[in-house]
Amino acid sequence: MSLNIPALAIFVALFAFVTLLGFFAARWRRGDLSRLDEWGLGGRRFGTWVTWFLLGGDLYTAYTFIAVPSAMFAGGAAGFFAVPYTVFVYPLLFAIFPRLWAVSHAKGYVTAADFVRGRFGSGTLALAIALTGIVATMPYIALQLLGIEVVLAGLGVHGEWPLVIAFAILAGYTYSSGLRAPALIAVVKDLLIYLTVIAAVVYIPGQLGGYAKIFASVPPKQLLLGPATAASLGQQAAYATLALGSALALFLYPHAITGLFGSSSKHVVRRNAVVLPAYSFVLGLIALLGYMAVAAGVKTDPAFAAEFKSFGNVFAVPALFLKMFPSWFVGIAFAAIAIGALVPAAIMSIACANLFTRNIYREYFKPDCDLAREAQVAKIASLVVKFGALVFILALPGEAIQLQLLGGIIIIQTLPSVLIGLYTRWLHPHALLLGWLAGIGSGTWMAWMNAFKVSVYPLHLFGLTIPCYAAFSSLILNIVVSFATSAVFNAIAKNAVIDGTTATDYI
Amino acid sequence: MDSGPAKRRGLRAVHLLLLLPFLALLWVPFYNRTDPELAGIPFFYWYQMLWILLGALILLPVYLVEERDSGKGDSA
Repeated sequence: MSLNIPALAIFVALFAFVTLLGFFAARWRRGDLSRLDEWGLGGRRFGTWVTWFLLGGDLYTAYTFIAVPSAMFAGGAAGFFAVPYTVFVYPLLFAIFPRLWAVSHAKGYVTAADFVRGRFGSGTLALAIALTGIVATMPYIALQLLGIEVVLAGLGVHGEWPLVIAFAILAGYTYSSGLRAPALIAVVKDLLIYLTVIAAVVYIPGQLGGYAKIFASVPPKQLLLGPATAASLGQQAAYATLALGSALALFLYPHAITGLFGSSSKHVVRRNAVVLPAYSFVLGLIALLGYMAVAAGVKTDPAFAAEFKSFGNVFAVPALFLKMFPSWFVGIAFAAIAIGALVPAAIMSIACANLFTRNIYREYFKPDCDLAREAQVAKIASLVVKFGALVFILALPGEAIQLQLLGGIIIIQTLPSVLIGLYTRWLHPHALLLGWLAGIGSGTWMAWMNAFKVSVYPLHLFGLTIPCYAAFSSLILNIVVSFATSAVFNAIAKNAVIDGTTATDYI
Repeated sequence: MDSGPAKRRGLRAVHLLLLLPFLALLWVPFYNRTDPELAGIPFFYWYQMLWILLGALILLPVYLVEERDSGKGDSA
C-alpha cells in the first residue's frame, strides 16, 4: 500500500495533539507526583465523568476494535460473544467492586495483591497474585502495539521505527504524568471512537445496500452457532462460557483495577456500572463491522492482498475503512484506533508498575523504602514494561496473540483470593495458593493441548462433549480445590494470621 | 426485620434484578435463531444488542435503592 497523504496528515495531527495533552496532564488536578497513589492512581480523585472515560478507554482497547470484528469476519456468530460478555460485566461490577474500592480506599491499597496481602496476611499469596497480573498484562500491552502497527500499515507506513517513536512518546508522558495522562487522552480517544463508529454504522450500510444485504452476504452456516447434538453441546456451550468467563476475568486485570481505584468514591464506581454500557453498545456495533467487511468483499480485493497476507484477518476493519471512507476520514478513524491503543497501553504499564513496586520491590527488596522512592521505582518499572512489550511485538508478534489468550486463563485464577476474599476469610491462604496452582496448571495445560490457538477446550463428562472456555473450567477446579483444602487446613490448625481489614472497611 | 440503622445492607429483592441478564443470555439455544428478524437483522443479533440496553436499565433501580440506603454517612 502506498502512502495515503491526506489520511496520514490528519492522523499525525491528532497524534501530536494527544501527545501534548499527555504531557500537559501532569499539571491537571495537580498533585505531588512523587507519591505512588498520585502518579499511579491519579490521587484517587477522578469523578464520575473522568472515570467513565478512563474505564471506557481502558477496557475497550484498540485490540478489541480490531480483534472482535475480525473474529466475526473470519468465524461469524461465535465472535459475537463479546456482546453477552459486556452485558455480564456491569452487574458484576456493580455488585462486587464497590466493596473492593471501599476496602482499598480505607487501607490505602494500590493493587489487588495489596488487598490479598492485607486480608490473608500471606506475602506468598500476594506475590502469586501480583505475578499473575504482570504476566497476564504484558502480552496485552504488546497487542495494543499490534493495533497501531496494523493501522500504520493501512496508511502505507511500514517499518519498525514509527512504532518505536509512538511508543517512546507514550513512555515519555506516562513517566511524567502517570495515570493523569491516559485519563485526559481517553476523552479524545472516546470522542474519536464514537464519531468513527457512528459514521461507520450509518454511512457504510447505506453504501452496501442496508443491513439485510449485509447479513445476507454472511455464509448462512456462520450466521448462527452450530446446534447441540446428542453427543456434544457444541458451539453454544463455548459461547456461553466464553462470555461468562471473560466477564469474570475482566475486572481482575490490573489495568481495570487501576482504573477503578483511581475513582473518588464507591458511588462513582456504581454510577459507572450504570453508564458504561454505552460503550458496550458501541462494541456491538463494532462487532458488526466484521460483517460489513464481508459484504464489502475486502478479502478478495487485490488492493489489500499484501496486508491480509502479513496481518491476516485483523486487517478486516482497516481494509473496510480504506475501501468505504474518503481518505480524510480514514485519518480520523485510524487515529481513533491508534489513540485507542495508547490509553490502555499506558494504564496497563502503570498497573504493572504498581504491582511490581508494591508487591515485589517493597515486599522483597526494600521494605523500608520511602514514598518518593516508591513512586520513582514505579515510573522506571513502567518504562521497562513498555520496552519489554515493544521488543516482544517486534520479535514475536504471533506469540503475543497466543499469550494474550493465556492471559485471560491465568488472570481469572486470582478470583477466589480477590473476589471471594472480599466476602469471607474462611478460605485458608495455603488453600488459595493450591487452588491458584491447580487453576493455572489445568488452564495452561488445556491451552497447550490446543497449541495456544484457541481458548475453548472440550470437556468429556458422562459421554457428553462440552466445549468450554478453558478459563472457566480451570476456575471451577480452582474454586473446588480452594474450598476443599481450606476445610482440611482449617481443621488441622486454626488460621492464626491476623486479618488486616475490619468489617467496616468494606462499607 | 431490621429496624436498626442499616449499617450492613442486606440482600434485597431489587438485587435479584441483577440476575436477569444472566438468565436472558446464558441459555444460548433460546436466542440462537434468525427469526423474528428486525429490519433485516437476525434475532440472534438484535436480541443480544437489546440486552445491552436492558442490562443498563435494570441497573438503574438497583442503583437508586443502593444510593438511598447508603445515605449520607458515606464520604463521597
